Amino acid sequence: MTGAYSSLPMVTSAVIYLLAMMAHAVEWASARQPLADRERVLVGAGGPDLVASEGEHRVALFGRIGVALTVVGALSHLVGVVLRGVAADRLPWGNMYEFITSSLAFAAVFYLVLVWRRGWSWLGLPVTLLLSVGQGLAVTVFYVAIAPLVPALHSVWFIIHIVAAAIAGAAFNVGAIAAILYLIRDRAERRGQVGGYLARLPKAAALDDFSFRVHRFAFPLWTFTILAGAVWADYAWGRFWGWDPKETWSLVTWVVYAAYLHARVTAGWKGTRAAWLAVLGLVTFWFNFIGVNLLTVGLHSYAGI
Amino acid sequence: MAFLRLFWVQLTSMRTALLLLLTLALVAIPGSLLPQRPVAPIRVNDWKLANPAVADLYEALGLFDVYGSPWFAAVYLLLTVSLIGCIVPRIQVYAKALRQPPPRTPKRLDRLPASMSGTTDRSAEEALTAAEGVLKQKKFRVRREGDAVAAERGYLREFGNILFHLSFALMLVGVAWNTLWSYKGEVIVVEGQAFSNNLTQYDDFSAGSAFKPANLQPFTIWVDTFTAKFETGEVQRGAARVFEADVRIAHADGASENARIEVNHPLVVDGTQVHLIGHGYAPVVTVTDPNGDVAYQGPVVFLPQDGNFTSLGVIKAPDARPNYLGFEGFFLPTAVVNEQGPHSVFPDALAPELFVNVWTGAPREETGRPESVYSLTKDGLEQMRTADGKVVTFRIAPGQAIDLPDGSSLSFDDWRRWTKLQVSNEPGLWLVIGSVLLAVLGMMMSLYIRPRRLWLRVTETPEGARVETGGLDRAESSVGLADDVAELAASAGLVGVEQTQEVAP
Ligand code: HEM
Repeated sequence: MTGAYSSLPMVTSAVIYLLAMMAHAVEWASARQPLADRERVLVGAGGPDLVASEGEHRVALFGRIGVALTVVGALSHLVGVVLRGVAADRLPWGNMYEFITSSLAFAAVFYLVLVWRRGWSWLGLPVTLLLSVGQGLAVTVFYVAIAPLVPALHSVWFIIHIVAAAIAGAAFNVGAIAAILYLIRDRAERRGQVGGYLARLPKAAALDDFSFRVHRFAFPLWTFTILAGAVWADYAWGRFWGWDPKETWSLVTWVVYAAYLHARVTAGWKGTRAAWLAVLGLVTFWFNFIGVNLLTVGLHSYAGI
Repeated sequence: MAFLRLFWVQLTSMRTALLLLLTLALVAIPGSLLPQRPVAPIRVNDWKLANPAVADLYEALGLFDVYGSPWFAAVYLLLTVSLIGCIVPRIQVYAKALRQPPPRTPKRLDRLPASMSGTTDRSAEEALTAAEGVLKQKKFRVRREGDAVAAERGYLREFGNILFHLSFALMLVGVAWNTLWSYKGEVIVVEGQAFSNNLTQYDDFSAGSAFKPANLQPFTIWVDTFTAKFETGEVQRGAARVFEADVRIAHADGASENARIEVNHPLVVDGTQVHLIGHGYAPVVTVTDPNGDVAYQGPVVFLPQDGNFTSLGVIKAPDARPNYLGFEGFFLPTAVVNEQGPHSVFPDALAPELFVNVWTGAPREETGRPESVYSLTKDGLEQMRTADGKVVTFRIAPGQAIDLPDGSSLSFDDWRRWTKLQVSNEPGLWLVIGSVLLAVLGMMMSLYIRPRRLWLRVTETPEGARVETGGLDRAESSVGLADDVAELAASAGLVGVEQTQEVAP
């Protein structure tokens, strides 16, 4: 029954993230309003300054509402994760549901730290989209009731492995969001059509740089995740690498991100193509956590859905 | 020759490395989606039967053993060659760079990504010395050139990059070495019985091509008890909760000790790992022939067929007279009979029962040919029938015995658990793990160390000394470059700032 105490905050967080996303969507739409429209309103209302600042005001207001809601959502989310651990009487990383909710909690905290320290609320729309869809799927499709771990999971290496994977995963998600924003903004810059929401984003070069930094943080951590997983597999099954589908896909992800790092220093690949590789890396990452569990048979399928 | 040269230049280019990496990712994928023979030979056969149209093509392409296929090897070998071809010249360049002082001060410092200029109230000599001191304190390598100082830091970045790539190559060597010398065997041991580390004792054994039977450490393990516990609550009912084996070990030198093996806590005996990888049930039975002689007595290993341990097995009594006796059937730890027939509904032995058929026939000659203990060869045997011609089948619980129509009897005395042990030795593992750790270290150095160059020039003019400084980051991400430049300027006593610039990343 204690499980309910943790599901309630989880569901709540999904709903609040959704509201936050809507607030950011309004922010986005307000900023997007074409200049011509604003000017027409302007003429009608009589004073240029007044209306222009009113539009700006609306953008800022909804932006702040979005961030405030995200803070509330993240608090509820963290409470959910902690209660899940308390109710299960162990660290809450035993199955897909727990993994996804924890990884998203890391992503939410990471994003809020960026907003707090750097004022990067421009990440708001894509991040809340990710959080609301992710939490929404977690509490509906992936939910499983609390149960103790199977013996194969009783290992420090398992905990290290999962925590590293959840943090790296959160960073890969944020990094790919930055890469996508880079692709959009870069295109607009090249066409000279930087308006609306895009104008509020940092310059393409800065987005690219931020994306790289996030990946630079995540990549060694992901390497370490794979290493810890291999050590754990050696304890559990007597082999450190066995080309299990999960192992294979974590290697595929790793190799794609290694390619991303190389692309950044290769003429003709830096910029746009490198950003696409970051997106591809994230796709392989998600496939590993969803596709592999659903499509293939392997030792890791104990984690269930 | 020219062609070879061109090939080499192409192979060791960054673009090729990139494409090879992406190719490696791509070719690894089919092995995760199709069953692989080294891991699941039976699933490969099932898959081929289910997809006859493409089975032969896939087989020819090696898709059922992707990671052992020539084309997979080709990709990673090319990558390794490319990597070495790439990194060796870089080592030479790096060695040279290490011996060289920081590069000369450029003429126009105001063209650098970050720069500053202005006047100072100090003398040129004072300003330069002060700047030099600050740079040295910040661990820059400094070169004094008359009216200027040039400084550089971050040499370890390239070192880290080289370390990473070399360690990666070393890891591949470790993997190869490990594959050649390692071995892995599996053996089923019933509680109360023992296993000696000897080739003949294994049920299943595989080893690298450099392995020799003499490499097996001679030790013996007795399995005293095996404990299994399962979830009895509603959620994940029947999921495994505890597996542990309490064992006694006799080492080669005669010493002996007690130990416990658990999942995740393998036993290491004289450098060899022993893992628990499976378990099941072994009913203990006594077969008495019509003459009243005991034809077989002891535990018989039954193999689990599903998650609830519905277990299949055979009991053979070749010494029974006048006729050979064989029993075939199921051991059900928690037996239930319904429209699906007899099956087990829980993995623990809550209500164990044996369901058996009896086969009999003329005694067999000893052929000396090995015969599977898990299946009954039925040539020359037929099912035992009652006087009115019905096939004899029965179910019994522990402690019960059944008398058969021919005067023989089967007694189900008790049951025990067996455990499957995996014995393995991976002599190259330390090299693999060590090189991966070095690679991670090198990678962090190459990703986090930012090489930076700073310059400062002081020129005497009639109005006093003028200071110009500038800086350049060799890698992207120029965090704090402008700060460093400002600090350097301040150290030289810059007062009247005339120009300052900071190019955003
Ligand atoms: C086994 C395959 C390889 C892997 C896993 C790998 C991985 C990496 C990683 C993670 C980095 C990032 C470190 C950094 O940015 O400095 C890197 C950088 C680099 N790699 Fe590789 N690499 C591989 C093969 C190669 C090959 C074949 C070449 C030769 C063409 C190469 C040349 C380089 C160079 C020159 C850098 C430094 C880029 C820079 O200056 O920032 N790598 N590699």
